[in-house]
Amino acid sequence: MIAYIIRRALYAIPILIGVNALTFVLFFVVNSPDDMARMHLGAKRVTPEAIQQWKHERGYDKPLLINHQAEGLDRLTDTIFFEKSLRLFQFRFGQSDSGRNIGYDISQRMWPSLAIAVPTLLIGLLVNISFALLLAFFRATYLDFWGVVLCVVMMSISALFYIIGGQYLVGKLLSLVPISGYDTGLAAAKFLILPIIIGVIGGIGSGTRWYRTLFLEEINKDYVRSARAKGLSERYVLFRHVLQNALIPILTGVVVVLPLLFIGSLLTESFFGIPGLGSYTIDAINRQDFAIVRAMVFLGAVLYILGLVLTDISYTIADPRVRLG
Amino acid sequence: MPARRAWRNLPEYPTLIKKNGTPLKPERLFTIAAVFLLLLVGCTDTPWNNPYPASEARSNTFYSSFSERPKFLDPARSYSSNEWAFLSQIYEPPLQYHFLKRPYELVPLTAQAMPRVRHFDAKGNLLSPEAPAERIAYTDYEVDIRPGIRYQPHPAFAKDADGKSLYWPLPEGALQDIHELSDFRHSGSRELTAADYVYQVKRLAFVANHSPIAGLMGDYIDGFGDFARQTREAYEQLKKQGGEEEPWLDLRPFDLPGAQVLDRYRYRIRLKGTYPQFIYWLSMNFFAPMPWEAERFYHQPGMAARNITLHWYPVGTGPYLLSENNPNLRMVLARNPNFRGEAYPEEGEPGDRAAGFLADAGRTMPFIDRAVYSLEKEDIPRWNKFLQGYYDNSGIASDSFDQAVQFGSGGEARLTEAMRAKGIQLNTAVATSIYYTGFNMKDPVLGGDSERARLLRRAIAIAVDMEEYISIFNNGRGLAAQGPLPPGIFGYREGREGINPYVYEWRNGKARRRPIDEAKALLVAAGYPGGRDPKTGKPLILNYDTAASGPDSKAMLDWYRHQFAKLGIQLLIRATDYNRFQEKMLKGTGQIFSWGWNADYSDPENFLFLLYGPNGKAEHHGENAANYHNPEYDALFKQMKVLPNGDERQAVIDRMLEILRRDGPWIWGFFPKSFSLHHAWYFNGKPHLMANNVLKYKRIDPVQRAAKRIEWNRPVVWPLLLILALLVLSVMPAWIAYRRREQKVAR
Repeated sequence: MIAYIIRRALYAIPILIGVNALTFVLFFVVNSPDDMARMHLGAKRVTPEAIQQWKHERGYDKPLLINHQAEGLDRLTDTIFFEKSLRLFQFRFGQSDSGRNIGYDISQRMWPSLAIAVPTLLIGLLVNISFALLLAFFRATYLDFWGVVLCVVMMSISALFYIIGGQYLVGKLLSLVPISGYDTGLAAAKFLILPIIIGVIGGIGSGTRWYRTLFLEEINKDYVRSARAKGLSERYVLFRHVLQNALIPILTGVVVVLPLLFIGSLLTESFFGIPGLGSYTIDAINRQDFAIVRAMVFLGAVLYILGLVLTDISYTIADPRVRLG
Repeated sequence: MPARRAWRNLPEYPTLIKKNGTPLKPERLFTIAAVFLLLLVGCTDTPWNNPYPASEARSNTFYSSFSERPKFLDPARSYSSNEWAFLSQIYEPPLQYHFLKRPYELVPLTAQAMPRVRHFDAKGNLLSPEAPAERIAYTDYEVDIRPGIRYQPHPAFAKDADGKSLYWPLPEGALQDIHELSDFRHSGSRELTAADYVYQVKRLAFVANHSPIAGLMGDYIDGFGDFARQTREAYEQLKKQGGEEEPWLDLRPFDLPGAQVLDRYRYRIRLKGTYPQFIYWLSMNFFAPMPWEAERFYHQPGMAARNITLHWYPVGTGPYLLSENNPNLRMVLARNPNFRGEAYPEEGEPGDRAAGFLADAGRTMPFIDRAVYSLEKEDIPRWNKFLQGYYDNSGIASDSFDQAVQFGSGGEARLTEAMRAKGIQLNTAVATSIYYTGFNMKDPVLGGDSERARLLRRAIAIAVDMEEYISIFNNGRGLAAQGPLPPGIFGYREGREGINPYVYEWRNGKARRRPIDEAKALLVAAGYPGGRDPKTGKPLILNYDTAASGPDSKAMLDWYRHQFAKLGIQLLIRATDYNRFQEKMLKGTGQIFSWGWNADYSDPENFLFLLYGPNGKAEHHGENAANYHNPEYDALFKQMKVLPNGDERQAVIDRMLEILRRDGPWIWGFFPKSFSLHHAWYFNGKPHLMANNVLKYKRIDPVQRAAKRIEWNRPVVWPLLLILALLVLSVMPAWIAYRRREQKVAR
């Protein structure tokens, strides 16, 4: 397995270089260093000299990808792309264009994101799997039919509706929890209840339908019939056999998103005023802060690759027949 | 169909929990839950949805929100209203605006009196105040500051028993347990001196600080450019020597002739020539004092990596200090224990006493102990929290406008019944800003000084109905502009004599837009009958350059098309992002565009310079985006700029406005009206659209607020119980069916 992990880590390097290059090109197609300078220096009374000075100090006065005026290797290394990208591979994100330490900001903002994302994922899994098992148990009954209808209805509703409706109903009309906000430590709990509930409810429709399909596929297999034939209770059949055999596709969906939980949810964090990472990248794009954009895209890519490796490893745990070589 | 059978044959309730062998049935569980919830509701006097700690319920704390995180809190760099909302409570420039008087008036803040202004000729001879501008070689502003003003407690001032700085230089590893400024255990303070003001002027010139006004001040402050060059060279050298990315360059040894310390409490700023509007800059944060110790403290290795910088932790003498800076969550201002106190104004404009704005006259400010600003990016939660009493004041977003405000038959804005029932109050004021639609005067079709182009522009100005725009897109919150000067600025004229006669006429005591037929007639005179280009015989095509490209802007852009279509002109929308839009403006390749200006200070120069030739955007990268150039106007502008407010200046401004209205480089657009709401427990809420340091004037009644919050936010738990009951009822048949299936035996 170690050889497999090393091989996957080596595969990751060209992928990350590619992601980095793509981010760089896309960003600078839309924004020039002059635009970035104007954005940071403000809209009023900005002189061309101030723009030049800003670019010079941050190294944005160099060529983007190839320095035709340099000699030898410097043609590639004395460029914005090389200088701004290399340090990312050491996980040194440096300073944002407005002077903030990006690594520090990420380390601060990932906790609120996790505080919402982890409970939402876990509770969501529990609820969705329970509901899906229930529907599978009562397959082809009215309960199953109306359960699926309910799921389709819930899937069809926009996440924004859940958020605004939830805030209005629970926070405003019933006055049960704060509409928005956040705090540190245990005081954060009252702010997390509503976004977590809304996150779980919003995911029930699609999650339940997906898991129900998996369970129904398993439930019709011969081994389930054999298990029932030898007198096992339905609970035992469902939890011990069906659930375990449906784990591979469940894991595929779940483990791969685990590292991305750090990245947070833009919509939820924005509406609930949660100071997570969800809005960090979007804010940076709006402010044309390339340092943050490239750091977050790089981090997202690394975490995604990590998620895929974790998924592969989890297969070996869920299914002893799988071997990583 | 086991589930259906289960519904028909409901047996006894299934056992859910067993305690001491006694079955606990669902109805008992439900009753316990209900009693628990009701007890919880009855036992608390803190609303459940209170986003603040219960201990703060009756504290003298002001609660508000902000939507955009501040980027820079360095007074040399910050030039944005969302940053000044915080900075202006912390830093104190020598002057400030009078809180109540209108038109806006400057008064001393840390200065003992208004600065002494003296003019000199090229030989250094003192000139009379009335000396003509061309004779004035230098103007001195001498400022005496009040003794005894002290800085807020800050670790940069902390000293040991021997008088040595405790936190400079920091030994290696000293920052290991330091994550924010409050982690430094010791702090100190010292008296404000004139040298701190001079140091800040030097910081404006120092290139590494990227002060946005460095270019402007370089034109006026004596020796500013030379100082910038010297310090830049010294800084580059320092970086090479030390290898640090951002070392501290002590600016004190470098001489800046334009900013000199005269004694401990007196300093002088020397300007080249004369620039009467400079006095307004002395009320802005750019000219607030900066202790050199703070710069030295923040530039130590390891500080920037922890975001402990001057951008993040201001050091001021004002009524408040920034006690918590978490712009992703909240910003908290706390009373500065070293603040000297300041008396609430004892005079205002007529009507202030009746409105209650003089109830605190003479009392020592600030009144509020703490101010908590929470980050609210979305309008809906912000508005709902204001209605719940968790924000003391609020603006009005478009979505909530109809809920809050209605217009009377005379067009006056008033609160809706629901708002009045809550005791909410409304304040309105016309902002010292303008949104305008401009013509690029370099454009061969629309621009230039020809009569043809002038008539074409005038016809368009009549056709584009700004009153309709304000009504549709701004909820009526605006005043159609008759020229570039908004109300409240010297030179603005009310009534008939203040209208733009080329676009409006005076009928029944009101300015009425001229009929569209007049615009069509002008178009004929311009050589475009029916809006057709005589060269092609087809409708004239004009281009509207805009950065408003999202779906939200579609209605507005369609409206613009419709306005031009009234004349038979086809308007092409060239929507792009803001970067490309700015690029077009800088190159002068746009044709028609919309832009805005928010005044720096309350002088007509700050609006009229937007059309001054040498400020042309395409040629000089100035703020004259229309690239308008009229020699007579430019000459009058130079004359107006140095005149004191009075009849002579008014006459010059009248002439300038007449030239502008005749030439019509802008469709004059509108002045936005600010609508703000506050609760009944919030006092001294008079809007001031120039000053930012207004928190110290505000007062709240926390007891009344706490009572209202409880009254408005009683938790409603019965729907929870209902949901719980429905859940139990809906799960029950499944449970029963499951049990029956499990207990079924083979036959």
